[in-house]
Amino acid sequence: MPTILVEVMPKAEILDPQGKAVAGALTRLGKERYTGVRIGKRFELTVDGPVDDAMLAEVREIAEDMLANTVIEDVVSITVTE
Amino acid sequence: MKIGVITFPGSLDDRDAQRAIRLAGAEPVALWHGDHDLHGVDAIVLPGGFSYGDYLRAGAIASHAPIMAEVIDAANAGMPVLGICNGFQMLAEARLLPGAHTRNAHQQFIRRDQKLTVENADTAWTNEYATGAEIIIPLKNADGRYVADDETIKRIEGNGQVVFRYVDVNPNGSMNDIAGVSNERGNVVGLMPHPEHATEPGFGPDMTDAMRSGTDGLAFFTSAISALARI
Repeated sequence: MPTILVEVMPKAEILDPQGKAVAGALTRLGKERYTGVRIGKRFELTVDGPVDDAMLAEVREIAEDMLANTVIEDVVSITVTE
Repeated sequence: MKIGVITFPGSLDDRDAQRAIRLAGAEPVALWHGDHDLHGVDAIVLPGGFSYGDYLRAGAIASHAPIMAEVIDAANAGMPVLGICNGFQMLAEARLLPGAHTRNAHQQFIRRDQKLTVENADTAWTNEYATGAEIIIPLKNADGRYVADDETIKRIEGNGQVVFRYVDVNPNGSMNDIAGVSNERGNVVGLMPHPEHATEPGFGPDMTDAMRSGTDGLAFFTSAISALARI
């Protein structure tokens, strides 16, 4: 069954407190080669049937209108897996 | 004068808002998120809470609730609309107010009696205050950090759309200490702190003269009544 993956990340200029907390934990664990962590979201939309261009356009619309808040986040990718 | 309070799944402060409206002298009307009906109200309050568990983003799913179609039309037609905390997040998600909210910069949920200045006393919800007035009302949230891009910040600062600013302590890392904003017309206002929790002596924030005596939030609701009386 096809799955449409939508990935959303906080905009680069927006403070990501969750990512900062994880970066702090890595430092405390002695993993000091990592200079930053940012946390985003991955949505998996499953569909019952083939994925066509019209559906991908609709997913783009859903992603920009609802899955992401484009004031603070970017839709970084929309891909299809089987 | 009828002021509606919309209950969403996960609203917490809807009944407190109804009580504040009654104390201010208007008739509260309970509205339901799943309806397409404002029941003839003259103004609307979107209350605090954690609608839909704050899943996706705080206020995001609620901003697409059925009744929001009517709220957006009414707001664009000039009806006074107030968003408190989660209600503010919904209004921002619905693009009725500029900007957005992220997790508090310090990652903690915070609850405190918060001092604010009223930066703009010319909105539907602040006209009973004096410009520059300092008020104390409770604040309680996890996703209260107000953010917007530089251009938006510049625009809302220039237009007087920054309605409230945090004083002494910026509790969540909000840009420019912004606690609340309005739309250009001034009929739609949103803020993170809770005026409905500072409307009745004995149940408000601690003040210097007596514990729990603060009623600085009552004028939000009397302001709306005054604004409606002038129409």
